[in-house]
Amino acid sequence: MGKHLFLGDEAIAQAAIDAGLSGVYAYPGTPSTEITEYIQGSPVAKERNIHCKWSANEKTAMEAALGMSYAGKRSLCCMKHVGLNVAADCFMNAAMSGINGGMIIVTADDPSMHSSQNEQDNRMFGNFAMIPMLEPSSQQEAYDMVYEGFELSERLGYPILLRVTTRMAHSRAGVETREMKDTLPMHCPEDGRQRYILLPALARQRYRKLIAAQETFEQASEASPYNIYYDAPDKSLGIIATGIAFNYLSENYPDGFKHPVLKIAQYPVPTEKLARLVDECDEILVLEEGYPVVEQQLKGLLSKGLKVHGRLDGTLQRDGELTPDAVGKALGLTITQYYATPEVVEQRPPALCQGCGHRDMYQALNDVLAEYEGAKVFGDIGCYTLGALPPFRAIDSCIDMGASITMAKGASDAGVFPAVSVIGDSTFTHSGMTGLLDCVNENTNITIVISDNETTAMTGGQDSAGTGRLESICAGIGVDPAHIRVMIPLKKNYEEMKQIIREEIEYKGVSVLIPRRECIQTLTRKKKASKK
Amino acid sequence: MKTDIILSGVGGQGILSIAAAIGEAALKEGLYMKQAEVHGMSQRGGDVQSNLRLSDQPIASDLIPLGHADLIISLEPMESLRYLPYLNKEGWLVTNSQPFVNIPNYPEIEKVNAELDKLPHKVVLDVEAIAKEAGSVRAANIVMLGAATPFLGLEYEKIEEGVRSIFARKGEEIVAMNLKALKAGYEIAQSKQA
Repeated sequence: MGKHLFLGDEAIAQAAIDAGLSGVYAYPGTPSTEITEYIQGSPVAKERNIHCKWSANEKTAMEAALGMSYAGKRSLCCMKHVGLNVAADCFMNAAMSGINGGMIIVTADDPSMHSSQNEQDNRMFGNFAMIPMLEPSSQQEAYDMVYEGFELSERLGYPILLRVTTRMAHSRAGVETREMKDTLPMHCPEDGRQRYILLPALARQRYRKLIAAQETFEQASEASPYNIYYDAPDKSLGIIATGIAFNYLSENYPDGFKHPVLKIAQYPVPTEKLARLVDECDEILVLEEGYPVVEQQLKGLLSKGLKVHGRLDGTLQRDGELTPDAVGKALGLTITQYYATPEVVEQRPPALCQGCGHRDMYQALNDVLAEYEGAKVFGDIGCYTLGALPPFRAIDSCIDMGASITMAKGASDAGVFPAVSVIGDSTFTHSGMTGLLDCVNENTNITIVISDNETTAMTGGQDSAGTGRLESICAGIGVDPAHIRVMIPLKKNYEEMKQIIREEIEYKGVSVLIPRRECIQTLTRKKKASKK
Repeated sequence: MKTDIILSGVGGQGILSIAAAIGEAALKEGLYMKQAEVHGMSQRGGDVQSNLRLSDQPIASDLIPLGHADLIISLEPMESLRYLPYLNKEGWLVTNSQPFVNIPNYPEIEKVNAELDKLPHKVVLDVEAIAKEAGSVRAANIVMLGAATPFLGLEYEKIEEGVRSIFARKGEEIVAMNLKALKAGYEIAQSKQA
């Protein structure tokens, strides 16, 4: 207990530990990574033997978290927003089975795409699965919600989706922590087979239960201490502020709200409180970080009889994260700027580190592919996506985790040659292995580069699930060992690398090239640590 | 008391260590604090910034509104200019003078300096050179912290304590060197302020 300076992510992690967590399951992804890292570094977690090893991907993570919950213990599962797409199969069906030990799923969404491929708002996913959601407006609330969230999950019988966005995940503030609870003993559910075997006959029953539970979820929202109605005199406008939007709203009214405000931080939307706001106010402004989820619900398709402003009518920008200025503008307040950014300031995009092995891999690959007219390089998700930028301009696509292999396969099927895939070691074990099996089964003419830096580098150097075993994994999947070629990506090896790349492009079948050199960042950190 | 600070630089330069030192001091003062950081892809040699807000009243937003920053602290001169729309009318800009050139189209430094010259309240200093004089180029960020100290709304002694506690486990010699670096930066800023 006491006051600590925590990132939103750290507040979530500490709250889970304090609430009697038995295991966290996750795959690294900005801005969610620090939750699991915090638990990995916590002495209490170690002492309590809280599970905190990285999972191969978000789906394996969520299934394991559900299994731990099945056994009666409290589990946490963390991911970035797009990770929930990977875990969606489990996610949707965990809403059908329900849980035993309390289970919280954290989605860290990334509006404005600071480090992502899209800005999907996973509150849509929460509504899709029809489970309760929490969306903290402050780091303290993030702590409190998780601390109490396991009990809420157990009381309702369903997993809870906790949604944060980048600014909550990666912003520090003082957080008051509470008394540490014991972990729960193992106790498997007595009616387990009725709930966890989703055979059609049983699943139909479970779905009806889930539908019936909606009323309970709404009652919980209505009674939630996080959903607050603030009355104010000027009822020409009523404001709905969800999650972190509430902070930006408060920033614009330092002396108190001028209009009535409904703060929503627990879902489903508390309709009674909402009805009061709509009844009392002439027009409604909805402030949400992400998609216009509540706004759309409130407005409906025809929005007859109700004046609703927000992202849909252009009062707020349709895309991107909220800022105090965007909210201020929507409120009609004047934003005063004294200085402009001078024209002399140039963009400074991120780049691959100097000394990074991916650089040498791309250099050699580019040199060889220049010899072929129709070459296409399908990229993937990680630091090496930066190979898209100058000076390399080396990849033609980057869609989702693992898509490099399967897109190259489809392109090869269509006649593209050479069809090259560039994927990192951690992304390969996350979602590349099954695609490789497809290639092997059809002997697809494809050249796959697994650029192995022996870590999950982009998110800060977490363990990579296949380190030291990539050749045997590929061979086990069925790649001919003669066409699994390892090389050390260094300038002095260029000629050798180019020769190997050429040979394997010319080989009509599945080739796997593994340029392997440790990430320069993890190497530097290790050297520093050994000096100490 | 309320101080809104934007820290800027290039990924890897260490703006977060400066933020941490200020945060440490603010926490000891019992102040409220919020600090938004950038992690992930943008850290790889791209432009990075952190919003640091200190106040004796609760703070609502994690982000500083436009025109509200009291101070920009930058480890790189062009990066210091990027966030000018956030600076308030009387705000100060404290920046390292030495460019970090990792893009082919980095502007001529004279043009960057000309823009800095236009600002009414600024401290521009070569933190590495000053750090070298104080004992080690590795104390460059502490020189920067010292140069920013007069504008933080915190007492110099509190910042000194913060630096002391950060380096305590590295031995008295390192502590002394960093305190010297802090003082060197502080004195330069004070002379410009006068």
